[in-house]
Amino acid sequence: MSAVNASPNGTPKVGVYVCHCGINIAGVIDVTKVVEFAKTLPNVTVAQEYKFMCSDPGQELIQKDLKDGKIDRVVVASCSPLMHEPTFRRAMAACGGNPFLFQMANIREHVSWVNKEKGSATEKAKALVAAAVRRVVFHKPLQKTQVPVNSDVLIVGGGISGIHAALTMADAGRKVYLVEREPTIGGHMAKFDKTFPTLDCSACILTPKMSQVRAHPNITLWTYSEVAEIEGYVGNFKARVRRKPKYVDEGLCVGCLECIEACIFKKGKFKDEFNVGLSLRKPIYVPFPQATPLVAVIDPETCAFFRTGKCKQTCAEVCERKAIDFNQKEEIKEINVGAIILATGFKTFDASRIARYGYGKYPTVYTSLEVERLVNAAGPTGGEVLLPNGQKPKAVGIVHCVGSRDEKTNRYCSRVCCMYSLKLAHLIHERTGAEVYNFYIDMRTPGKGYEEFYDRLMKENVHFIRGRVAEVSDWAMTPEEEGKLVIRAEDTLVGAVRRIPVDMVVLSVGLEPQPDADEVRRRFNISCSTEGWFLERHPKLAPVSTFTDGIFLAGACQGPKDIPDCVAQAGAAAAEALAMIDRGHVELEPNTAFVTEEFCSGCKTCVPLCPYSAISFDTSKNKAVVNGALCKGCGTCVAACPSGALQQNLFTDEEIFNEIEGVVKYV
Amino acid sequence: MTYVYFPGCSLTSTGRGYHESLQEVCRALEVPIQELEDWNCCGATSYMAVDESKAFALSARNLALAERLGNGSTQMMVPCAACYLGLNKAQHYLQEFPAIRGKVDKALAAAGLAYSGRVQIRHPLDIFIKDIGRDKIAARVAKPLAGLKVACYYGCQLVRPYAEFDDQHNPTTMETIMTVLGAEVIDWPLKTRCCGGSLTGTIEDVGLRLSYIILTEAQKRGADLVATACPLCQFNLECYQGKMNGRFGLNGKVPVAYFTQLMGLAFGLSNKSLGLNRLFVPLPERRAVAAGGGAHVRG
Repeated sequence: MSAVNASPNGTPKVGVYVCHCGINIAGVIDVTKVVEFAKTLPNVTVAQEYKFMCSDPGQELIQKDLKDGKIDRVVVASCSPLMHEPTFRRAMAACGGNPFLFQMANIREHVSWVNKEKGSATEKAKALVAAAVRRVVFHKPLQKTQVPVNSDVLIVGGGISGIHAALTMADAGRKVYLVEREPTIGGHMAKFDKTFPTLDCSACILTPKMSQVRAHPNITLWTYSEVAEIEGYVGNFKARVRRKPKYVDEGLCVGCLECIEACIFKKGKFKDEFNVGLSLRKPIYVPFPQATPLVAVIDPETCAFFRTGKCKQTCAEVCERKAIDFNQKEEIKEINVGAIILATGFKTFDASRIARYGYGKYPTVYTSLEVERLVNAAGPTGGEVLLPNGQKPKAVGIVHCVGSRDEKTNRYCSRVCCMYSLKLAHLIHERTGAEVYNFYIDMRTPGKGYEEFYDRLMKENVHFIRGRVAEVSDWAMTPEEEGKLVIRAEDTLVGAVRRIPVDMVVLSVGLEPQPDADEVRRRFNISCSTEGWFLERHPKLAPVSTFTDGIFLAGACQGPKDIPDCVAQAGAAAAEALAMIDRGHVELEPNTAFVTEEFCSGCKTCVPLCPYSAISFDTSKNKAVVNGALCKGCGTCVAACPSGALQQNLFTDEEIFNEIEGVVKYV
Repeated sequence: MTYVYFPGCSLTSTGRGYHESLQEVCRALEVPIQELEDWNCCGATSYMAVDESKAFALSARNLALAERLGNGSTQMMVPCAACYLGLNKAQHYLQEFPAIRGKVDKALAAAGLAYSGRVQIRHPLDIFIKDIGRDKIAARVAKPLAGLKVACYYGCQLVRPYAEFDDQHNPTTMETIMTVLGAEVIDWPLKTRCCGGSLTGTIEDVGLRLSYIILTEAQKRGADLVATACPLCQFNLECYQGKMNGRFGLNGKVPVAYFTQLMGLAFGLSNKSLGLNRLFVPLPERRAVAAGGGAHVRG
């Protein structure tokens, strides 16, 4: 089959534009040679080079040739299509061309950035250009379709990021569903006492926002709930949300807490999750006094009624509003939304993974999150820093970078630990008068007012020892060390090993992805980095969107972040989601699958394979039918179809075979 | 499956008690071992410091000889911690650095040998716990070590950096075995600290001080004896106690035995067959009270 005859519009006229990308491409590839070569290829009517094809003058070159009728389809040999394919398609559409009569040859990432040898790089660039030219000849003038956008939004995770995004969107008049898996919103921030570097009270700035969420007419708040399933596509997602039973009716409970008082357990007996195990709660509880919603929860794992069936149900007896309902069942809510913001947060590093720091072995070794609860006025000790023996520590060591910047655990810097360690050092010193020693590798304090805070701490006579801690042990060598924990570290400023005896050790644990982050990302069909953080579309230019249109990221689920950064990112995610919704419609790429009916044998192989349920079966015709609005263009059905009846726009057999042939013939 | 046994130089000299007791214990547990014929020095730490490639060649010769025996699945039993480290280091470096591998291959070829990297280097602690299992060890115990408080001491070379059978900073295999034997183990943070190593022979004061630190801490925590898995540790800790008494004020004497000797004792084997007669500091008399003996590992 000759290329010329196969073209739908008579003889195709291909324009080839080779980009220098400054010296990114031209420094390695002989661009002029590539242009000269392109001129010799069949159907090429224009071939030229330019310093930056993505610039306005570069795009105008293409537009002029299109308008002059010199070309009707375009090959740009430049960078990865990920960034600039939309740019060139837009340029073509702007002057009346069809944007899909376009192909990019990636001679930067695939050639000049990965080759040093000029000659072979130029040869490879030529082969890729030949492939693109052969392919583009078979491109069809496809059309994008438009579908309306549902203006409601789903926000997953009710920490500070989710709260801020929810309020922003709700204030803009959108209907927001905020789903949180814990019984209350607030996330990690609700557990902190003070925030760095201003030392303003965490609860004082957070809880008003929490109540706003609860009261906002545009926000539907579902706590103790998880998103079980997502289907659909940008603008038209369908979510199934599983609401776990609290065994307390949210509509009736007013948060008087009398049920908790009346519980047959006279005292707390079970580890309190909110206080990270530092206190005990009853089977019926509220996580903390400002929990939102302020509704009691019954934990069936520990409740005597659920465990044994034998309980006087004193909690139900005492409740005047009859809010307690032991028969409450799990509920599934189905909602339709146009956009989704993921704000699922982080977990702290499990300090027991580093055995030599003694966490879990010595009771006076704490994680930083535990100490946040100890210094919190609403915490288990009422804000007093007390050891298990009830005494105040006289010397405290804070070990930085636990589970961060470490080849054996996590290589990355968790970004927040230096600053929160300074904050904890200040608070511990203030509350106990103890000598506080910070053991650090480097102090990382970039941020508004952060370095100044570090400076302040140095003036407060907190000690700083530069050296990664080797071990924490109860091995005493001198009488002064007896009964203490000894922190050993090489002080790299002094050039000697130091032993510092302390009464309390604080391990500044790093941030890690949530334990179920991988499950969640699969459910929402997004990617994650090697460490497990959710992956943004572009690290610099698209930090809140994902590779799945309509799904945005906010907060620490994308990577370690402090509160100001989380809030900024949540605002950005809300703004981008609003921009998407306010367009009113989304354009669907035409790279969808289609059925050539005369070839379809009705075998139905494709139907169950489609991950998006886009293929149905027409029993009257005995043929498969693809719903173009649901098809995401993954190509699974195309590969599976035994008769070749399923083909995919922009990836038809003839397009792909000709592209391959372009390379093979050249080589 | 027969384990190819690589004793190493120390076990034929200062560490004879380890050699004898290990063989006895293997016999008792029906672990078939066969000594590698014509083995040579592993290169040890001292050669490694002088000429690395020669040290690797020495280790590789042993590995090549062992590989030839086992149809590609040789398991080599290496009791000496220094040999275990040296052989493992050679194994890793040969794999990771083609330049070293080239030199070593050439040296091996000159001796008509070749090594493809398929020998598994195993420490007896690893073999006893993973391959034999605590049940089989427990079944063989005839005279439980009840009432004996043991400080399990691994030294610095055994678990770092190559051993995969246990935690590098807080190994517990020896504790598990001692508990199965009925002994009580102490919890202490010094079990992987250096005993002084060759420093005891070169900068004596530093070496002795390191040994003293270990012994005095074991004493302080109530241990009756120190159990080791390394001939150099055993030698350093046991033989210089007189000097440690004088120089640092070590209080009295602390018996230091190989963990295999304690296994043999619990199995009811004779003192002589276990090389216990070679100890300078004799083991404590067995306590009449057979009570206690439970494990005491915290954390």
